[in-house]
Amino acid sequence: MSSCIRSGVSRRHLLAGAAAIALSAPAIVRAQTPTLKIAHIAPRSGYLAAPGQACHRGALIAPKVLADYGYRVELMHVDSETNVDVARTQAERVISEGASVIVGAFESAATLAVAQVCEQRKVPLVVSLGSAPQITEQGYQFLVRNFQTNPQLLANGLRAIKDLMAATGVEFKKAVYLHANDTFGTGQRQAMDKTFPTAGMPFTLAESIAYDPKAQDLTVEVTKIRAINPDLVLIITRAPDAIKLVRDMVRQRFEPKAIISPGSPGLYDEEFYQALGPLADYHMVNIPWVNPKAPMTQALEAAFKTAHPNNRFAADCFNVGFTYEAILIAADAFKRAGASDGAALMAALKTTDIADHVIIGGPIRFDDKGQNNNIASAVMQNRNRVPTVVLPKEAAVMAPVLPMPPWQGRT
Amino acid sequence: MASLYVNVVIQGLLTGLIYGLMALGLSVIFGVVRVVNFAHGEFAVVAMYAAFILFSRLGLDPLVTMLPIAAGFFVIGYILQATLIQRFVGRPETQQFILLVGVAIIIVNVLLMQFGPDAQPVNLSYGFDSFLIGPVIVDKSRIYAAVAAVAVATVLFAFFRHTRTGTAIRACADNLTGAGVVGLDVKKLYALTFGIGLACVGAAGALMVTIADAAPSLGPAYTLLAFIIVIIGGLGSMTGALVGGVLIGVSEALAGFILVPAMKSMFSFALLILVLVLRPQGLMGRRT
Amino acid sequence: MKAILDDMPVRGRILAAIVLLALAAAPFVANRYLLSVLTLILYLAYVGQAWNLVMGFCGQLSLGHALYIGLGGYVAALFWLEFGVGPWIGVFAAMAVAMAFGAVIAWLGFRFGIEGVYFSLLTIAFAEFTRIGFDNMAFTGGAGGLFIPYEEKRLGEWWNLRGGQWMYYYIALLLAAGAVTLTAWLARSRLGYQWVAIREDETAARALGIDAFAVKMKAMLISSAMTAVGGVFYAFYYNTLFPSQMFDMGRSIEIIMAPIVGGLGTVFGPVVGAFVLTPMGELLIAATERLGFNAPGTKAVFYGAMLIVIIMLRPAGLWPWLARMLGVWERKP
Repeated sequence: MSSCIRSGVSRRHLLAGAAAIALSAPAIVRAQTPTLKIAHIAPRSGYLAAPGQACHRGALIAPKVLADYGYRVELMHVDSETNVDVARTQAERVISEGASVIVGAFESAATLAVAQVCEQRKVPLVVSLGSAPQITEQGYQFLVRNFQTNPQLLANGLRAIKDLMAATGVEFKKAVYLHANDTFGTGQRQAMDKTFPTAGMPFTLAESIAYDPKAQDLTVEVTKIRAINPDLVLIITRAPDAIKLVRDMVRQRFEPKAIISPGSPGLYDEEFYQALGPLADYHMVNIPWVNPKAPMTQALEAAFKTAHPNNRFAADCFNVGFTYEAILIAADAFKRAGASDGAALMAALKTTDIADHVIIGGPIRFDDKGQNNNIASAVMQNRNRVPTVVLPKEAAVMAPVLPMPPWQGRT
Repeated sequence: MASLYVNVVIQGLLTGLIYGLMALGLSVIFGVVRVVNFAHGEFAVVAMYAAFILFSRLGLDPLVTMLPIAAGFFVIGYILQATLIQRFVGRPETQQFILLVGVAIIIVNVLLMQFGPDAQPVNLSYGFDSFLIGPVIVDKSRIYAAVAAVAVATVLFAFFRHTRTGTAIRACADNLTGAGVVGLDVKKLYALTFGIGLACVGAAGALMVTIADAAPSLGPAYTLLAFIIVIIGGLGSMTGALVGGVLIGVSEALAGFILVPAMKSMFSFALLILVLVLRPQGLMGRRT
Repeated sequence: MKAILDDMPVRGRILAAIVLLALAAAPFVANRYLLSVLTLILYLAYVGQAWNLVMGFCGQLSLGHALYIGLGGYVAALFWLEFGVGPWIGVFAAMAVAMAFGAVIAWLGFRFGIEGVYFSLLTIAFAEFTRIGFDNMAFTGGAGGLFIPYEEKRLGEWWNLRGGQWMYYYIALLLAAGAVTLTAWLARSRLGYQWVAIREDETAARALGIDAFAVKMKAMLISSAMTAVGGVFYAFYYNTLFPSQMFDMGRSIEIIMAPIVGGLGTVFGPVVGAFVLTPMGELLIAATERLGFNAPGTKAVFYGAMLIVIIMLRPAGLWPWLARMLGVWERKP
């Protein structure tokens, strides 16, 4: 088991790590702690509680999985209550209580509030989820991000649609883009406005529609789409909205060839499957995803099943995977730095090079701004209420089905 | 294209009737007890969860369980008014505000602890069906829920018009001192009224769960919606609440269809401001 | 300053001096966590005080004060980002814009006799209307947010409101102390007495020849301008602005909790309320964690229960009662 992680660290980086250790030698004498204290911040109550709690489930199993790979971490769990004030003061608290690294914080607003605290207190922040481009554009020295930015999510999402058309031979002619008018959805919209004109997609974008994330139902939005009658519906949602959307499409008997999310949650959450049953199948999401064929993913899944028998790994694995990977990155840096002081950890984080991990893509490395640009996007399709990787081929478990079967007659 | 407009208007109308019933509860409570129920939407969400449990455990249709839920909510409302809220009657709104915000916070978070953050669906056998009337498509559950909402409202109208208790409650609303002078037990009538108001919310919540999923964080949005509807329709006016609901439902639907959906609630707030300025007693309210 | 002192017995003056000294010395002894909580407390005391003027003294129940937080924050941030004009100047523009909105709301409300809960709904409607407007306004980033660059090299530039935790703490302290002093002065001014007269009985006040419209308008203007300053502070403290965060109804509610719990229409009520409510939240987080209540939401349930208990036991707020207990009774204006 431990060999597969060691193989991911090249000689060069071992040397770099050794150099970092040498530089921070006084720190080692001071802090001989073999365990790294990591604080995980996520919104476990409030508006974003559902995905926040999924992240929390990932943080809960991380220490055990990492122990098998020879890492020792101790976690502190923080509920940010979907509130930036809480995120900020609690970040201060856990650092005062001895956290050496912070991992989080799911939403961009809270992440940016925590980033500022981390910068001032020289404690590294490993961003696990949080897509606003500004997070890595603020010049923060104590921050790395193992997640795609809005433009990356969207560009990869569109590219995946091209792959999908090539793989299935299905052509789309007209698309409508529907997105939540919240922080994330607007980020994706801005990316779309910039990317689409030059992306060379073979279909036209008939209209981009923003909907109010607080809206109680999306009937009108669906009627509006129905009036345009596209064969491809691109959506950026969260789970409760995705449910309303599909339900109203079924009721209004509107059947596009495909419903695809170019990089958002909503279509793979447990509540989506619970609410829609067979009607939840065949929707597609183009986002980074765990590689089902990686040994570490399988170890993570096994630990998840033991710890959370009432939750499905398949529905949680996006949030769990990224949370786990951020903790892995911190643990790995600690191992190489041999010290838990911020400067040494940060130096080690900058030279991160982890080949074996759980999310599909190349080795985890960070550029000058602290962004990992090696995260790939997979095409996932809901099959039998399980989000299933259908592209890229090397990670795929099934072949994609397009166009999706009609609503009627599904079981 | 015209058929689409008809469609949008009908959808808005049906949804508006259901929200109107929820707002009706608020109107009754404020119109009589003069307590501003800032936890109104949260109570509606509790009712949604009640209907959800009865459906998932016993397989009962919310259109049926609406009645026992309303009855249960009546009891809760009666007790709540008699024990907790009665002390705050006649006190400044700010004190009522803190009390009910406290209640709302507790409700939201107990629901979160008990049921988790996920939206909980009631998957009725006809939940995905719709009627096709010419080119117009309307979903079945929305029609059923709207019809039920009108039925409940009608029963309530009849109660206030034709029963002794109903008349007595209206007397309290019109002239509190007078009601006391003629020997009405005001405290008991207030408890009854709060009970009736919550029964309305209970019924409305059960109906709402057939068109939207229950989730802990929905409360504040429903509270605000109820207030808007009640003010537009006219506080204390029962038909006003339904008219307000329909007006908001239809105008939001049309605004979302013709203009930007993300901005549709702006029209509700603009409408609210207009009504407050031009007709502060509400569209159906009487000038006091 | 004199006004505040005149109202206090000797014990009160000593207590106030001790508290102020302790707060001034806090950064030298408190850790960063405590300091960040104290900053939040002082900020809430400040905006609470701003709201207290319009509700506590003048009796107009605004539930949309987040509007002025948002406008203040956005205007100052835009001045900084678009024209490079620092927030110490931008704050005047922020106040002007907030006052303009406040004036429109007050004019509509007071001219058309919209009172009580109706007035609350009017203020909510304006705040929400503006929030959705900002959500859809492209040049401020819409719902995607507006970002102020962090720029470490400028951190010492206090003249541009760029600095670390200490700077924000002392600014929050100055704001809160300034607001208390202003309130004490206003409370004993002619205007302050006119406010109270209107709050207690508007018809009687009018009969005495008080121009109710003008007096209420002044309350709204002062309050909205003060709240906008709080918004500027908030925007530059966090460096990020999202309409859902700045204009949210939840923020309006947060603003008014401390003054109500502390004691409406008193000079020190909003401060006491903020010093009770915020630490209560922090203590509940620590307590539920220690006791092993890990279910998210537990803290909030206790918080809600505490609110109910406080308002049932001390409906007029904590400060009037506390002041009597400590023998530093504040004369009611």
